[in-house]
Amino acid sequence: MTNLTDLEYLRLSKPRKILYKVLHFLVSIPKAILKLFKKIWGVIKKFGIKVKDEAVDIWTTFVNGSWQTKVSYLVMGFGNIARGQILRGLLFFLFEAVFIFYMVMWGGHWLSKFTTLGTIGLHNEYDEKFDAYVIVEGDDSFKILLYGLLTILFIIAFIVTWRINVKQNRILDQIVRSGKKVKSGKDDLKSLLDDQFHKTMLALPLTGIIVFTVIPIIFMILVSLTNYDAQHDGYSNLFTWIGLDNFNELLSWGSGSSNLSAAFGEILAWTLMWAFFATFTNYFLGMIVAIMINKKGIKLKKIWRGFLVLTIAIPQFVSLLYVSKMFADNGLINGFLMDMGWITKSIPFWTDPVLARVTVIIINIWIGIPYLMLIATGILMNIPQDLYESSRIDGANVWQQYMKITLPYMLFVTGPYLLTSFIGNINNFNVIYLLTGGGPTNPDLLTSGGSAGSTDLLITWLFKITTGAESNYKLAAVIGIMIFVVVAVLSLIVYNVIPSTKNEEDFQ
Amino acid sequence: MNNKEINKTPKTKKHMGMTAKGRISNTIIYILLAVIIIIWVLPFFCIFLESFRCETQGMAGYVIPKKWGFDNYVRLFTETDFLRWYGNTLLIAVCTAILQTIIVLAMSYTLSRLRFKGRKLLMNVMLVLGMFPGFLTLIVLYKVLSGMGLTGPGAVPGLILVYCASSGMGYYVSKGYFDTIPKSLDEAARVDGATRFQIFKKLIMPLAKPIVIYTILTAFMAPWGDFIFARYISHAVSSGYNVAVGLWSMTERTSIGTSYTMFCAGGVLVAIPITILFMILQKYYVEGVTGGAVKG
Repeated sequence: MTNLTDLEYLRLSKPRKILYKVLHFLVSIPKAILKLFKKIWGVIKKFGIKVKDEAVDIWTTFVNGSWQTKVSYLVMGFGNIARGQILRGLLFFLFEAVFIFYMVMWGGHWLSKFTTLGTIGLHNEYDEKFDAYVIVEGDDSFKILLYGLLTILFIIAFIVTWRINVKQNRILDQIVRSGKKVKSGKDDLKSLLDDQFHKTMLALPLTGIIVFTVIPIIFMILVSLTNYDAQHDGYSNLFTWIGLDNFNELLSWGSGSSNLSAAFGEILAWTLMWAFFATFTNYFLGMIVAIMINKKGIKLKKIWRGFLVLTIAIPQFVSLLYVSKMFADNGLINGFLMDMGWITKSIPFWTDPVLARVTVIIINIWIGIPYLMLIATGILMNIPQDLYESSRIDGANVWQQYMKITLPYMLFVTGPYLLTSFIGNINNFNVIYLLTGGGPTNPDLLTSGGSAGSTDLLITWLFKITTGAESNYKLAAVIGIMIFVVVAVLSLIVYNVIPSTKNEEDFQ
Repeated sequence: MNNKEINKTPKTKKHMGMTAKGRISNTIIYILLAVIIIIWVLPFFCIFLESFRCETQGMAGYVIPKKWGFDNYVRLFTETDFLRWYGNTLLIAVCTAILQTIIVLAMSYTLSRLRFKGRKLLMNVMLVLGMFPGFLTLIVLYKVLSGMGLTGPGAVPGLILVYCASSGMGYYVSKGYFDTIPKSLDEAARVDGATRFQIFKKLIMPLAKPIVIYTILTAFMAPWGDFIFARYISHAVSSGYNVAVGLWSMTERTSIGTSYTMFCAGGVLVAIPITILFMILQKYYVEGVTGGAVKG
């Protein structure tokens, strides 16, 4: 594939231009993937170098450090207290004390069981008092997994804090040597509102994210490596590590004994198809509605817009559930059509697999257009009007204006939005679940965990598996990770192939 | 505005020949728009009418009630826990609006206007975290919350916690807004000796009123429509439902025969206050949505 210069490119005929662009796009995908791997390798290399530097720094700090510094290697915060930074020193010391206390009291216990996730569940034991066998609680795999993970994270946090403690001592050594004054606890507190203001601001949001998102995600990744499901609930019947077997089962096309992988393939295909149609039908139709309302000479613009925006305000579950019932076999639409005598048998909007899929996409247009109309209106108003003026003088008609001015401008500005909206649609739980509940049931998709229907997306499948009678948590975890992989790969390709022209700082 | 009017007049005169064609295309557009509006508003009109139907309580193939009345509304308050669900949702919405606004604004302000080590890394990590489906974590959150007694009947505080805790990840729209406030303001204030906290409190926050209102509005509206978390965490205990789960339970196959019109009435009662609130604050919502999309 040769790269043409601008001049050569412009001389190509129209179909060839398109062909050239498409080929270019296809060629750049493997390049982008290669670039990605190089990047990952670079990060790993950088990390290695960083670790080496840290180790050297820790060693030299110890060798060159004062006696206070050397003591701090064992008793955290000692160096700080000895040099007058009481507040910092106490915090370090307290952290170390709590850590040691926790590890001795509980941490060691959880860690020792972490490798097996428990050895004995509910069991019978002889009780002398009653002179009979009684049921005794054993291990709880879920708790072991959770507390084991928390303990590991605590250890990591301790190592990081210890490292900070060492670094601070090195800095203190330098300050003392140069004869400057050491910062007091009061200064520290003051700087939290000034130089260190970001720490104050981020404390609450980041704590929330770590506790409610990061740790649960790591936990679920661990669950995907176990056999945690209704049969192995971790309490009466323990679960344990099984490595990558779950992934193997879901991804081995046809070779496995289960039809799980086939179901996964089909649901994935429909998910992508749905995301594609849902995104682009909304995008283009919403844009057209916005253009119609924005057209010069159209009156009552505010009223048209107002009615559409009104529909955003009404909570989606009300409108979705109601519309879902409208299209039911005995719902309004079928009732109306029968009253008019146009049909004799109700149209199976929700019971025919293909028709259900089409209906879902169409109703999604109904849901999505008001948003897109709003977004498109904002952008359309920003297009310089003289572009249209001059093109009209050059004799361009409305269609040409749309293709050459409006569309390119829109695509340019909303590129990132299209990606996020595509990803949003992959995870569009509400529309599917409230409209069809994933149905109609598809006999091909009946799997060991949660019966998936024809309109089920990966995300609704995940929900069914989690909440259904089977409670197939391990499978749910694997599906969640697969959704992540799909989304991540898509985003990486889009970001690497389409050069992001936007620099964050440009706006400021 | 005035300038535009002046510019317009001579042009329309010049292109007299165009107006006939223009008038036809405008008429077509008017018709199309009218059809669109009807399609978009019709379902809400229907749900409103059906909520007054008294002769049957299940689904019917027609819209206009044969016997009008407030039976469905009365039944909603006497036969179900609707008032409780409504109160739950309102409580959740108010708490979420307050907490989430604080968290989102703190996050977006920091990422937009403060420069510190690890800022880019933090944003990238959040981007990656955002790619995991939101309720992958549902299972473990449920187990932990139920251990704390925050599920079933105690679902309200549990839900508030779930909605607010990770809301810092939705900082994009308001960060986009903060990005548009000129940096030179901060710098001038720094030269005058203001601390970063003072800049935040006295300089930027007063300028950020539109985005604050947008954040409050979206945070307030979200709990009214949330279904997944609410259903899972309330775990089939009616006193812990929010309106979405409660009304959804009326449309299930086993209950729809007797409670379909009640569902319509409930839907109307939920939609009206939210819609009024939304209409009042619409300006800010539109600003936020359009701005958010442009800045990605």
